[in-house]
Amino acid sequence: MTGYVVRRLIFTAVILLLASAAVYAIFALLPFDPAALTCGKNCRPNLIEANRIRLGYDKPVYLQYWYFLKGIFVGRAYGIGSAAFVCAAPSFGYSFRQNQCVTSLLTQALPVTISLAVGALIIWLVVGVGLGIIAARFKGRWPDTLSSVFVLVGTSLPTFVTGLMLLVYVKIKWSLIPFSLRDYVSIFESPFGFLKIFILPWITLAIASAAIYTRLTRASVLETLGEDYIRTARAKGLSEKVVLRKHTLRAALAPLATIAGLDFAALLGGAIVTETIFNLPGLGRMAIQAVVDYDLPIVVATVFLAAGIVVVMNLIVDLLYAVIDPRVRVA
Amino acid sequence: MSHLLEIKNLQVAFPTHDGLVRAVSEVGFTLDRGELVAIVGESGSGKTVTSLSVMSLHNRRTAQISGQILVQTPGGIIDVVTAEEPVVRALRGKTVAMIFQDPMSSLHPYYTISNQLGEAYLIHNKASKKEANARAIEMLDLVGIPEPAKRAKDYPHQFSGGMRQRVMIAMALINNPDILIADEPTTALDVTVQAQILELLRKLQKEFSMGILLITHDLGVVAGIADRVNVMYAGRIVESGVVDEIYYRPLAPYTMALLASIPSIAAKGAGQLPAIPGQPPSMISQAPGCSFQPRCALTHLVPNGLCLRVMPDLTEDEPGHFARCHLDLATRTRAASEARANRIAGGRA
Repeated sequence: MTGYVVRRLIFTAVILLLASAAVYAIFALLPFDPAALTCGKNCRPNLIEANRIRLGYDKPVYLQYWYFLKGIFVGRAYGIGSAAFVCAAPSFGYSFRQNQCVTSLLTQALPVTISLAVGALIIWLVVGVGLGIIAARFKGRWPDTLSSVFVLVGTSLPTFVTGLMLLVYVKIKWSLIPFSLRDYVSIFESPFGFLKIFILPWITLAIASAAIYTRLTRASVLETLGEDYIRTARAKGLSEKVVLRKHTLRAALAPLATIAGLDFAALLGGAIVTETIFNLPGLGRMAIQAVVDYDLPIVVATVFLAAGIVVVMNLIVDLLYAVIDPRVRVA
Repeated sequence: MSHLLEIKNLQVAFPTHDGLVRAVSEVGFTLDRGELVAIVGESGSGKTVTSLSVMSLHNRRTAQISGQILVQTPGGIIDVVTAEEPVVRALRGKTVAMIFQDPMSSLHPYYTISNQLGEAYLIHNKASKKEANARAIEMLDLVGIPEPAKRAKDYPHQFSGGMRQRVMIAMALINNPDILIADEPTTALDVTVQAQILELLRKLQKEFSMGILLITHDLGVVAGIADRVNVMYAGRIVESGVVDEIYYRPLAPYTMALLASIPSIAAKGAGQLPAIPGQPPSMISQAPGCSFQPRCALTHLVPNGLCLRVMPDLTEDEPGHFARCHLDLATRTRAASEARANRIAGGRA
């Protein structure tokens, strides 16, 4: 078991190395000069050259990449003398556009994205799995029909449509949710303010996924209900309630745990559309802004983080599956 | 004296997109304590549908069931067909228990054996989990699982097929049921394991003084352990009687054809095994006549095309021996003994 986890962690490290190297390579091939982007309109050649040396863009690409990797573990210092500054470990570089260490930008953006992802996940699991179970339980009757209408609507509406509709109607036209002065408030600081900011983004993200999960759950529950061991459970004299709760759901929801874990990981990498619509300063918006600005350190860091989350989540899901299903437990 | 189980004129039909599937028609038989009654027939003949009806395990909303299934309980006789769901539920696993064809898939893969056995006990008994667990281990020991206390903590996938069927039997018998329905209990198992399981069933039947309803398509299994046999074809019982009568003096043409198609050691030579020509009829659009008529070797002996027009009744041709056929008894007996002679001589090679 431990050996398995260690192997998987080594694999994670390799993936991260490959992903970050790929991003570095792509940026090295792009026909622009990162040093020239550091000072905007008023760039003079001597300033560009000074910044180039200060940020290490004078070195070959492979050395830049090496400094990046080293920085993650030991931190990184830029410049010399009085102009020197340090990004402490784990350092993901320095954003010359934002004039901040990338790590501190990440620590600002990450809580926003986590809040968004966790809330959306809870809503879509509750709604999706709940509706799916009801639909399966009442297969062919009106609750099933109603849920398939929801599935159809939910899967056909892209987030940029639901997001904008919610924003325009709920927030602006009907003023059901007051505007917040800040774009992010922590749940610990003000639970109500937190809810005010996040409720619409959550719903936006949740609707599409909930629809898909309704369908997945319905299919999975129906398939499980047809299993021989469910007939055995009924033959024991168990009530339909116990048959559904104890015998069906655990088996039916196990495969969903895998999918949910991966979807959650993808969401943690940043929900670009939703964050942009609702002006949430999360990872997705940061990443898309960095791409527009050619802000290489941020792009690399967000890719690195997103890849890391996906791979680690994969591992967690696999370990979780072993807890749910004894057949996959490693002896 | 009433029977443990008495089925009267059972009809089971399922509505489908293509029409009403009449899976079981006019089925009736009895089961007494200490008796082993077999239902024999090919796939789709209605054996399993009949047995699931006794447990009322069909979808109650869609299945159309009529007739009577009378089960004797300490509180009186209950008709499973008309009884309310809670009444039937109290019956399941307690008075009537069932083991299924495929022990590989009939146990829940996520729960330990002791959990699944204990659960069956706890439904019908006021007991603690610990007592249920002890009872589970006791049952595992009874069905011949070595080291039962240790194996009880294992999961189904850690058992072999034969062992799993033993576990299923232990689970079925944990509440001392009066009736055990064994639906093809040995079909999914190796031949050597089959024999062990059948022997175990016979042994436990004596210990628990149960009535066993054995569903099978394997005539060899039936010959070995059954007391009485009901042969089913296309949803109907076509012959019914004591096991020896059925084997040595079959009175329904279908049974004769079935017996003729058993491979015989006596039949030497590399001949072809006789098979019944044709296919069983559709259960949706049934023709008015005898459902076996298109495949029957004796139908040409019946005058006036009676077989095509009228479904023969199940009549008591000999004391305690029922068959469904228009042909006169003497001709049938002669055909049966000829077929038997042929079989022994290996003449139809």
